[in-house]
Amino acid sequence: MTVGAGTFSGTPVRRVEDPDLLRGAGTFVDNLKIDGMLSLAFVRSPIAHAAIRSVDVTAAREMPGVVGVYSAADLDLPDAPALMALHPAAIRPSLAKGTVNFVGDPVVAVAAETRAAAMDAAELVEIDYEPLGVVVDMEEALDPGSPAQFESLGGNVVIGLRTGSEDPLAGADVVVRGRFENQRVAVVPMEGSAIVVDPTGTDFDLTVHLSCQMPHVARSALAKLLGMDPKRVRVIAPHVGGAFGAKHLSAEGVVASKLALELGRPVKWVETRSENLVAMAHGRGQVQYVELGLRRDGTFVGMRCRMIGDAGGYGGFGGILVLGQTKLMAQGVYHIPAIAFDVAIVTTNTTPMGAYRGAGRPEAAAFVERIVDMAADELGMDPVELRRKNFIRPDEFPLTTVMGADYDSGDYGAALDEVLRLADYDALRREQDERRRRGDRMQLGIGVSTYVEVTGGGAEFSEVEVHEDGTITVKAGTSAHGQGHATAFSQIAADQFGVPIEQIRYVQSDTALVARGRGTGGSRSVQLGGTAVLQTSKLVVERAKELVAELLETAPEDVVVTGDGRLGVAGVPSKALAWGEVARVAAERGAPLLVQHDTERAGSTYPFGAHVAVVEVDMETGRVVPIRHVAVDDCGVIVNPMLVDGQVHGGLASGISQALWEQFLYDDDGNPITSTLAEYAMPSAAELPSFVTAHTETPSPLNDLGAKGIGESATVGSTPAVQNAVVDALSHLGVRHIDMPCTPERVWRAIAAAQAGTLPDPWREPRSEMAGFPREGAAGEELERGAESVNL
Amino acid sequence: MVLVSVEVNGSSYQHEVEPRTLLVQYLRETLGLTGTNIGCDTSSCGACTVLLDGESVKSCTLLAVQADGAAIVTIEGLSGPDGALHPVQQAFHEHHALQCGYCTPGMVMAAVSLLAEEGQLDERGVREGLEGNLCRCTGYHNIVRAVLACAGDRAPAGAVDAVGAVGAAGGAVGAVGAAGGTGAVAS
Repeated sequence: MTVGAGTFSGTPVRRVEDPDLLRGAGTFVDNLKIDGMLSLAFVRSPIAHAAIRSVDVTAAREMPGVVGVYSAADLDLPDAPALMALHPAAIRPSLAKGTVNFVGDPVVAVAAETRAAAMDAAELVEIDYEPLGVVVDMEEALDPGSPAQFESLGGNVVIGLRTGSEDPLAGADVVVRGRFENQRVAVVPMEGSAIVVDPTGTDFDLTVHLSCQMPHVARSALAKLLGMDPKRVRVIAPHVGGAFGAKHLSAEGVVASKLALELGRPVKWVETRSENLVAMAHGRGQVQYVELGLRRDGTFVGMRCRMIGDAGGYGGFGGILVLGQTKLMAQGVYHIPAIAFDVAIVTTNTTPMGAYRGAGRPEAAAFVERIVDMAADELGMDPVELRRKNFIRPDEFPLTTVMGADYDSGDYGAALDEVLRLADYDALRREQDERRRRGDRMQLGIGVSTYVEVTGGGAEFSEVEVHEDGTITVKAGTSAHGQGHATAFSQIAADQFGVPIEQIRYVQSDTALVARGRGTGGSRSVQLGGTAVLQTSKLVVERAKELVAELLETAPEDVVVTGDGRLGVAGVPSKALAWGEVARVAAERGAPLLVQHDTERAGSTYPFGAHVAVVEVDMETGRVVPIRHVAVDDCGVIVNPMLVDGQVHGGLASGISQALWEQFLYDDDGNPITSTLAEYAMPSAAELPSFVTAHTETPSPLNDLGAKGIGESATVGSTPAVQNAVVDALSHLGVRHIDMPCTPERVWRAIAAAQAGTLPDPWREPRSEMAGFPREGAAGEELERGAESVNL
Repeated sequence: MVLVSVEVNGSSYQHEVEPRTLLVQYLRETLGLTGTNIGCDTSSCGACTVLLDGESVKSCTLLAVQADGAAIVTIEGLSGPDGALHPVQQAFHEHHALQCGYCTPGMVMAAVSLLAEEGQLDERGVREGLEGNLCRCTGYHNIVRAVLACAGDRAPAGAVDAVGAVGAAGGAVGAVGAAGGTGAVAS
C-alpha cells in the first residue's frame, strides 16, 4: 500500500478481504463443524396446489441416524418471517399446514446425525396430496374465480388499487401503448441459503450462523418469533456467498431454530441448488400496461400505467414492489406532468416473490425506457433526442416528482453526453445504416437507456475505538457479502486518523460484536454505514484532540492529525503523540478513545446514469449476441473506484442476462421447468462481453460523503438498454417490441412476422377487473409508505 | 465401504468411504478441506473445481472411489510453501476478480488448469475456457482480465489491451471499444 495517509478515499485500494477467500479460508456456513451437530433436510411439495390428506413418517423415523421427523402438526412453530406482510390474511406457516401452495413448499423436516441420513430418510416420507386448482399466470389470477390460496381474500388479488391522475392522457396528440412482461427470474447467489443454530453455547441461549444480509434484523425477527429475549440471541453472518436481496431469515431457518431448541443440539441446514431454485424468493415478475401521451414535438403530456405484480405463493413480499419502488420511480428522469398508476398484486401457485438486485427499480426503468423508445419510433425521432427533450434539468434539483420521490441531485444530460461520446454513438448509427443497406445477416442494434433509481434512506450505527497498541477498531451496522466494506470503510477511517490502512481492524456482521445495525440492502451501505464510520471517526478524533491539547499545553484547535500516525501541534513538528500513547492516557483517565454513534436519519438518494448497449442479431436464427456495453453511472462521490466498477460489472451482467436469457418458467400445472442450473439460463463468461464503465460524480447533499448507492444501478440501466438494442436492430422492419428475455425464438418470430406482414400489436387492453379497483384511500397510502421503507 | 488412497496437496490419505461419496464430500467432510465449495447439484457451476493429476475436474461429478490413486490439488494447496499466493491468486487480487468469494476457489483452479493447457490465450479463449464456472458477482469482467494478465506474453499481440474492446469484426464497433472508459479502474 503506497498511498499516503489521508488520501485513501477516492483511490482503488486493493481489498483486505481477498487473501482469506483466495486461500480457501472462507467461513461460509457449510464450513462450520460443531460437535453433536444434526443435519436437517426438508420434504417439499411436488405439487403446486394441493390439500395435504395425510403424512406418514413411520419409515423415515426408523432409518439409522434419524433423530426426528416433523410436520407442522408435530411442532409448535411460529409463522414464517416476512420482511413485510402484504395483507393480514396472507400468512405463510414455516411448514405447510393443510395445503401446499407452490412446488417446493416445505412440508416435513427430517433431523439426522448426517446430511446423507437426513436426505435418505426424507425420501421415505409419504404424503398424500389431493390436487387443487392451480393458477400460474398472474393475469389469470385477477379472475375472481381463479383458485384461491386464502379463502378470506375471495380470490387471488391481495391488493387492487387505482392511484394518481384520473385522465393523464388528456391533451396528447399521440399516444403510444405497450404491454410489457418483466419476467420472473431466480436470484442464484452462488451459495444458497444456509444456517447453523447452536443452543449449546454458554454466553447466549441461541447462536445462529446465518448466510444473510442483515444479521441484526434477523436476530430481532427470530427472537420475536420464538418468544426469546433478543439479548440472549446472537446472529453471525460469516462469509456470505452472495445475496442480491434474497438472503434473510427463511421459513426453513425458523424450523432449524425451533428444532435446535427442542432437541438441545446444534442443527445445520444447507440448501441444495435444486432446492434453492424453488425455495429462495424469486424476483421481478410484473406485467405492465403502459400508455404514454405526447405532443407532436415530442413533449411528454402524461402516462397511464396499469400494472400487475406477482407475489407468488402465500403472497411473497416482493409482490409489493410494484406499488413501492416501481411506482415511486415511474417518472424516471423525465418531466411527465400527469401519471395514473393502477396496481394489482396477486398470489399465484409459484415460488414466493422477494427482492432481487434492484427490487422494483429495474422494473420501472424497463417500462419507462421501453415506452420512450416506442414513442421515438412513432414520432420518427432519434431516441436520444426524445430523451433530452424531456429530461429534468440540473438546475431543478432538489425536486419532488409527481410520484412523490424527493430527487436529491442529478445531471442526466451529462451522463448521456458522456456515454454517447464513449460509445461513439454517431459512428454506431453509421455502421448500423451500412449493415442495413448491405442486407447483412448480422444486423446491429443500438440501445440507449437513461435511468434514475432510489437507494439508501435511514440511519446507521458505527463504533470506533483506538487501542493502546495504536490499532483502531472500526465497526458498522451494515453487513457486507462481497461488496468490500472492510476495505472501503477502512479507507474512510484511515483518512481521518492519518494511519496506514493495515492499522484498521474492521468488524461487522455479528450481533454480539456490533451493538446494532440495519444490515445491507437497497444499496445503502456506503452512504449510510460509510457516513456513520466517517462521523464516528471524527468524534473520536475530536475527543483525542482535546486530550492532546491538554497534554501538550495548547489549544484543541491547534492540534492536528499529522498523517504519520500521530497527533501534533500545528507548525511544531517535534510536539506530537502517537495514537497508541493518546489511547493509553485516555484509558488511564477512565475515558477510552471509544465512540458509539448513530447517524441522523437521511433521505433516500437517487443515483442515475446512461447506458448504450450494442447487440448483433442473426437475422436467420434470431440469436442475439451482446457485443458492447458502455455504462456511465453516477453514484455521487466515490470512495473506491475499483469496488464501484466491480459493482457495476456484476449489475451489468444481471441486467443483460434478464434482457436476453434468464427466465424462471412453470408449466400450466405449476411445475417448475428451470429448477436446476442445467436448465436455468444463467450466463457464463463465454456469453458476456467486456464492459466499458465510466462515471460522472454528482454529489448527494444528503450525507457527509456525498455518496449514493451503486450496487444495483447498473442492473437498472442495462436491462432496458439491451432490450431496446434488440428491438432497435429490427426497427427498420417495423418491429416495435419484443418481450424479455429476447430469446432466439422470440426474435426469429418477430423477424418472420415482419417479413410476412403479420406483426402483432404490442398493445392489448388489460383485464377488465382492474377498472373496478377502488381509488387510493388511506389504506393504500399506508401500504405505500410501508413499501418504501423496505429497501432491499 | 471402500478403501480410497489419494494424495491431496502433497499428503497421502487412506480412508474407508461409502461408495456413493462424491469426491467433493470426501475433500470437505472427511479431510476438512472446506476451501472447495459446492454451488449446484448438476455439475453446472464449477465452484467445486480441483486439479486431478494436473487437470481441472468438477469434484461433484466424480465419486471419491474414482479418484483412487490420483494426486489432487485443492485451493488450499495452491499457494507456495512460504504461503505466498500463486500467481493466479495474486492476479485475482490485483484485478479485483472476486467479490463474495464463493466461486473463487473453483474459478482459480479452472484458470490454473486453462493456463497450463493453452499455449496462447486471448479474451475469447479465456471466456470459453472458463465457460464451466459460474459467478454471480463480477460479471466475469475482472476474472477475464486477471487470467489474461497471467497469460502475459503467451497471449496473442494486443489481447490484453483489447479487453476493453469487443471481439466484433471491424467498423465502428471494433474501433470504438479501444477508447475505453474514462472512469475505468487502472490495473
